[in-house]
Amino acid sequence: MTALTRRTALATTAAALAAPWIVPRSALGQPKPARIRIGISTFLSGPASVFGVPGRNAADLLIEQLNAKGGIAGVPIEALVIDEAPGVNFLLGECRRLAQNENVDVMLASISSGSCLAVAPLAEELKLPNIMWDCGTQRIFEEGNWRWSVRTQANAVPEIVAPLLYLLSIRPDVQTVAVVNQDYAWGRDSWAIWKTAMEAIKPGIRVVAELFPKFGATDFSTEITRLQALRPDVVFSTSWGGELDTFVRQAAERRLFERSLFVLPLAESSLERVAKTLPEGVIVGARGDHWFLHPTARDSERLKGFVSEYRKRYGLYPIYPTFHMAQALFALEAAYTKAIAANGGAWPAREQLMDTLRGLEFDHLTGRMKIREDGQGLEPMLIGLAKHVPDYPFPVLDRMVLFPPELTMNPIGTKGLEWVKGLSMETVAKAPAPIPYKA
Amino acid sequence: MGLLFLLAALDGLAYAAQVFLVAVGLTLVFGVLKILNVAHGSLFAIGAYLASTLVGLVGVPWLSLLALAMAALAVGVVLGPVIERGLLARIYEKEHVLQLLVTFALLMILEDVQKLVWGVQPLFEDAPVRLLGQVEVGGIVYTVYQLLLLPGVALLVLVVLAWFLRRTLLGRTIVAVTHDREAAEAIGIDSRRVYLLTFTIGAALAAMGGALAAPTTSLVPGIGVQTIVLSFAVVATAGLGRIEGAAATALLIGLGRSFAVYFTPELEVVVPYLLMVAVLLVRPAGLFGSTELRRV
Repeated sequence: MTALTRRTALATTAAALAAPWIVPRSALGQPKPARIRIGISTFLSGPASVFGVPGRNAADLLIEQLNAKGGIAGVPIEALVIDEAPGVNFLLGECRRLAQNENVDVMLASISSGSCLAVAPLAEELKLPNIMWDCGTQRIFEEGNWRWSVRTQANAVPEIVAPLLYLLSIRPDVQTVAVVNQDYAWGRDSWAIWKTAMEAIKPGIRVVAELFPKFGATDFSTEITRLQALRPDVVFSTSWGGELDTFVRQAAERRLFERSLFVLPLAESSLERVAKTLPEGVIVGARGDHWFLHPTARDSERLKGFVSEYRKRYGLYPIYPTFHMAQALFALEAAYTKAIAANGGAWPAREQLMDTLRGLEFDHLTGRMKIREDGQGLEPMLIGLAKHVPDYPFPVLDRMVLFPPELTMNPIGTKGLEWVKGLSMETVAKAPAPIPYKA
Repeated sequence: MGLLFLLAALDGLAYAAQVFLVAVGLTLVFGVLKILNVAHGSLFAIGAYLASTLVGLVGVPWLSLLALAMAALAVGVVLGPVIERGLLARIYEKEHVLQLLVTFALLMILEDVQKLVWGVQPLFEDAPVRLLGQVEVGGIVYTVYQLLLLPGVALLVLVVLAWFLRRTLLGRTIVAVTHDREAAEAIGIDSRRVYLLTFTIGAALAAMGGALAAPTTSLVPGIGVQTIVLSFAVVATAGLGRIEGAAATALLIGLGRSFAVYFTPELEVVVPYLLMVAVLLVRPAGLFGSTELRRV
């Protein structure tokens, strides 16, 4: 046995004291917490609650299911939900309260792009892991470098490029287009992406009307009259919620669908409500790689179980925000699990959790997706044509195409609005083969 | 170009009818009670939701129009007196700011009640629109409901209200209280009853605006707040308390918005408010309002 000399004792003591500063903090295990506290910001009031409440419902259901099997690595999850409807300042105050008073471990924020743009810098300041679970603006990771935020879904660029590629693959002869978008950031930004990409892929398509009714509009009759008079080949609208429902109903009542082909990138979330008022042949998007009858995952036990339980509890089929919430929670679970394994079973520090989220590949309800090194999620885009079938009292999707992210998402370090200028008919030709609806 | 103007005018007329049906109750209540009822938007929303529910319940298309009327009446008769007697009667003599705050609080409470009862998913029940079918004008398909029924009802409401207030004893009693409450009470008019009656009529008109709008649009949380903002613009532009003024202003805003969609779409959203600002800069009391002497 070696004798403990004064020199050895001093060196050992010095090394022990220096270790926390020499060894990266992320490599150090943390004491296992009694619970994981998650702050969730979503719309619980106002028009966007059509997305926010299903998102919250999905969180309730999935967290309950996760806790029933012991939580994440044996630690139960507790969710604290806040309403982002009162505005950005209120949201920031609430996020700060959750971080400092409620000691949440992770934030899942938010639905509105404005909210996400505001929460990302706050997450940096608080050093709080933040998973952007539903907001769409591509600007977040194009204009900022966020250590403490990732996004577990795609963004506006693929959400708009994919339906455009789909349109041009089935109707390459399009001559005229009109837009009817809500007059706020999403309506304007999505049209800018569509228009820029369209001009690059097929120059010469004429835009005959650019209509931006006010956000929250309840009447589109004037716009519909104008569209009937102009007879564009295509009517493009990224409207959502009650406004999309109203637009579809009013357009159907006035037989506008007979004159123009509609492209509705967010219509998956309205299908059950508008029912068969939405005619066959409309191009419908789902904001990602998910739908309750997903073409490649519909027979999986995981998806069937979720859809069945969600319907039993809430009386409705799950729509895209529920899948986005699931993606965020499954990413969190996968990141903790992976980080704990890398730590030899020790609980990870927040830094390590964030490091693990970047580059993480994880399974969700309808497939597998990846979070890029810049924090941006990569997932295919599901686009299809509305079809009426006897199995459901509302349209389903037929001739579905799953556009891979390589075809629709700009690479790290590029700006989406610039990148789409490089698209061409060759990109259209690379679209995967459509998958028919299976009864 | 002639056809384009005709189409724009028809769209403007249909929109103006909807706007007037909401604003008329607000202006009537202000004219008599001197309270700017922010909760008017909630009465609109509840009328719309109830109408949608009743139309769905009756299930028979030809009864759907009756269901709309029943919903408006029910909201007016039930909620009107409860709000007037239970809340407003206590604040008539208070500061206008307090009155605004109280009715705003009521709006927020009723918004939550509405969410508790009907949830947050958009509701749409268009049986009355389908019942009346479509009509073509210059190759453009319109619904009979929007092109004929809504403007027809708006005109009827305007005529009946004007007749009621000027030609009937009850109406003249309301006008008397509006002009001078103390003098009216001195000759034996019960102003409390007049206030109750007026607010009930105002609530029923708000609910009717909602009930008639329900078959044309999706009902979502927040619809009441959006409605009240535009109604304020109409009422302020017309001059507070002016019923015919509200009709003329609704027409002006409806046509302005419609022509904007046709010729300068980017101005569509701001047209009502541009009109309001322009009018109030020139005539601070509104298009049809008159300057009043302040009583010491």
